[in-house]
Amino acid sequence: MSGPDLLFYFFATLSLGGGLLMVFSRHPVSAALFMIVSLVGVASLFVLLDAFFLAILQVLVYAGAVMVLFLFIIMLLDVGPGGAKASRLKFLSGVAGLISVGLLVILLLDLSLGAMEPSDCSADGCEDCSETSAFAWPEIREETAANGNSLVFSPSVKAFGFGLLAKYMLPLQVAGFLLLAAMVGVIILSRKSTGEEGG
Amino acid sequence: MSSITPHHFLILAFLLFGVGFLGVVIRRNVLLVLMSLELMLNGINVALVAFSRAGANLDGSIFVFFIMTVAAAEVSVGLALLVALYKKRKSIFTEDMNLLGN
Repeated sequence: MSGPDLLFYFFATLSLGGGLLMVFSRHPVSAALFMIVSLVGVASLFVLLDAFFLAILQVLVYAGAVMVLFLFIIMLLDVGPGGAKASRLKFLSGVAGLISVGLLVILLLDLSLGAMEPSDCSADGCEDCSETSAFAWPEIREETAANGNSLVFSPSVKAFGFGLLAKYMLPLQVAGFLLLAAMVGVIILSRKSTGEEGG
Repeated sequence: MSSITPHHFLILAFLLFGVGFLGVVIRRNVLLVLMSLELMLNGINVALVAFSRAGANLDGSIFVFFIMTVAAAEVSVGLALLVALYKKRKSIFTEDMNLLGN
């Protein structure tokens, strides 16, 4: 097992363990901190996948902005552990959680068995099976231009910006408008709730 | 990466999604439900980036960018709704939001 493999398992454990501790932690503040651990683990996985810009974005947006917003709201609402009311699991929700996890395990087993077993091409002896058994990640090319209508994967921000501004111009504008609408909506929501509270 | 395949990343993405879904289902605190939603979106992001890298296609990575944007907008609106709700009901637990349930 080489270095990048160990890194993958380390960061996968970090993100999954952070997520599990977040779900099962009692206090909201510790849950938010475990969530930050999980998000940083996911950002490291993005680095392993050569998506450096997305890793930076993940740390900046999620761990930097969203989780600070969560911590700010926790501070604002002054929520504690919640006592017995929050920690007691209802029977129905326990059953629902078990069913969801069970379905997930079945799905995973089905997926992994389907991907691991050699497909029908072993019968006619084609060379596809050797490729599926030893998967090779495609080489990173430094070209930023799109060939045809598909953009070639590249770790550079230049290629990302080119794709964003050339092929995905309209979605980018819509995303900006969505952020504006969310901002206006949040302002109106928080203003009205304080304004109507006295009346 | 020698022996790590997209399959590994896919299983990790499913597990992250499942952990997030478990949090959405079993937690009573709306703050933690929102955090678990973020975890589910992160699982999807891992799968998208892995496929984008394995297929040598940048479209998946750009889609992750849009998912992050929408998630940030969703969280800000959700937290504002939560604050407004807390001012009315003095609680952030889902079992107290039963105006229609009785």
